[in-house]
Amino acid sequence: MQAFLQQLINGISLGSIYALVALGYTMVYGVLRLINFAHGDIYMLGAFAGYYASRFLHGRAGNGFLETSAVLLFSMVACALVGMLIERLAYRPVRKASKLTSLIIAIGVSLFLENLGQLVFGADPKFFPQIIPEKMIALGGLALTNQQVIVLVVALLLMAGLSGFIYYTKWGTAMRATSYNLDAAKLMGINTNVVISLTFALGSALAAAGGILVSLNQPGIDPLMGVMTGLKAFVAAVLGGIGNIVGALLGGLILGLAETLVAGYGSSTYRDAIAFLILIAILLFKPEGILGKGQVEKV
Amino acid sequence: MKRGLYILAAVAGLGILQWGMTSLLLEGPIRQGPYYYQILILAGINIILAVSLNLTNGITGQFSIGHAGFFAVGAYAAACVSVYGRPLFVGAFGFSPPWIQDSLVLIAASGAGIIAAALAGLLVGIPSLRLRGDYLAIVTLGFGEIIRVLILNVDFVGGARGFIGIPKLSNFFWVFLAVGAAVITVRNMERSSHGRALLSIREDEIASQAMGIPITRYKVMAFVIGAAFAGLAGSLFGHYTMYLHTNTFTFVKSFEIIIMISIGGLGSLAGSILGAIILTLLPELFRGFSEYRMVIYSLVLILVMIFRPQGLLGRGGLMGRKRKAS
Repeated sequence: MQAFLQQLINGISLGSIYALVALGYTMVYGVLRLINFAHGDIYMLGAFAGYYASRFLHGRAGNGFLETSAVLLFSMVACALVGMLIERLAYRPVRKASKLTSLIIAIGVSLFLENLGQLVFGADPKFFPQIIPEKMIALGGLALTNQQVIVLVVALLLMAGLSGFIYYTKWGTAMRATSYNLDAAKLMGINTNVVISLTFALGSALAAAGGILVSLNQPGIDPLMGVMTGLKAFVAAVLGGIGNIVGALLGGLILGLAETLVAGYGSSTYRDAIAFLILIAILLFKPEGILGKGQVEKV
Repeated sequence: MKRGLYILAAVAGLGILQWGMTSLLLEGPIRQGPYYYQILILAGINIILAVSLNLTNGITGQFSIGHAGFFAVGAYAAACVSVYGRPLFVGAFGFSPPWIQDSLVLIAASGAGIIAAALAGLLVGIPSLRLRGDYLAIVTLGFGEIIRVLILNVDFVGGARGFIGIPKLSNFFWVFLAVGAAVITVRNMERSSHGRALLSIREDEIASQAMGIPITRYKVMAFVIGAAFAGLAGSLFGHYTMYLHTNTFTFVKSFEIIIMISIGGLGSLAGSILGAIILTLLPELFRGFSEYRMVIYSLVLILVMIFRPQGLLGRGGLMGRKRKAS
């Protein structure tokens, strides 16, 4: 029982990372109907931005809390800019062309970022500095690390902030309108280009936060770390119902739990397969996802 | 009758070319000959992969990104047959010269590879082809990865160590015979009434269904044929490299095949061939500054897709046409 609860905690911690990355997929998909394959690589860039920022800041920022916040903020802003840049340079020119073209470009951008990362950062894994020293928190026989708590709290705060933004601000309303119907939103006077840029910026910032949070737990970062996480986060987004913000959260948690449980009780080599098995099952039985709305294709 | 003559002439021509290649490149005076020979073989295998994926992605318009999975199934199934079944063949055909034995083993192995990949295609295709567009893409990606993880866990074929001891049976002759078969099959299919049905599915699924085309059956058919040829490519690949590891068959390989057909022009047969050749040669040409080559490679893809979305040899209009907002 205790082992099970322990796995549960690990699963939720992992799941909240997936959820953060999945939010970016779901938001971009909601607005542009595009699977942004490069999103996983933004998560990688976020981890690297955090790595360099924390090496620069180490010992200068006073306490660990300030330092972590500064690193997180820097990396989120940097990745937001990169995300907007990618949208502007690679996706916007082909927005009018077929969906396939943007999908192939997304694959190209992803490969580009991975290989540029290997060139610039080096292909060998780097060790993310321990900004916050690891402490064990005993909770009724369960071993929690303070980092797991931080991951969970930061992830929840960010997600709450995002929901607040999307549901209670004017820009959030514009974003929802754009994802509902891009052309109609344009006719209502919404500057959809700005909204799309904003979507990319927000999604990328969240992915960057995910990258940093995961590096707090597992300090090895390398330029290909975003590939698998990106795919799994996408699975999480589809699982929850792509285009649906709460769905992304739910999907991320389910996926994280499923994966830790399979790795804990089954074979860890099947760990990567479980995400795809879940994906296939959900697509066969409920393609719109847990919380998604079904769409009828019209002629 | 005439067709039979053509085929005979082609086989004879390939045989002569093979002899020429062996004496010039492999054992001959040309420096780095074996290197050029290997590039030729890999180009041939890539052509088979690209042409077969073009059938599903380009002609039928069903975007699959799990082609490497079928490639892997074919490669491993064929390697199993030749590694574990070869002694049987040698026993049964011991009286014949070695090259006949080798050819028979390769044909049997490739047959097994084709059948296994086609079955995998059927298994994947029937449930997933109900889905459309992005969902189909991501499911095929998932299936490709699942196939890879499953193979990784089968000890019988080497598991994580890789599959060793595969006899070197394929050569220029067999690879380009297979290239010819793939190209001719796809070309003939495209020009037949089946091919027109596939094209109509790509252009408008609902309209072609209204015209009485059984779209699911056609989609599955295209998918299975594409998978079968990927299996053939896998068999030839395994019998050339003599070693298989699941790391060769990740979704990066699937992406590579997609890049080939996209750069060449989705739906265009000549484009797929050109794309496969370009993508085989490009990394080799950039070998001098190898750190930059993958960066350049992906940049080329992005630029081609932005400035010429229909690909190098693709016709504009068909795929590039803007869909109605739905």
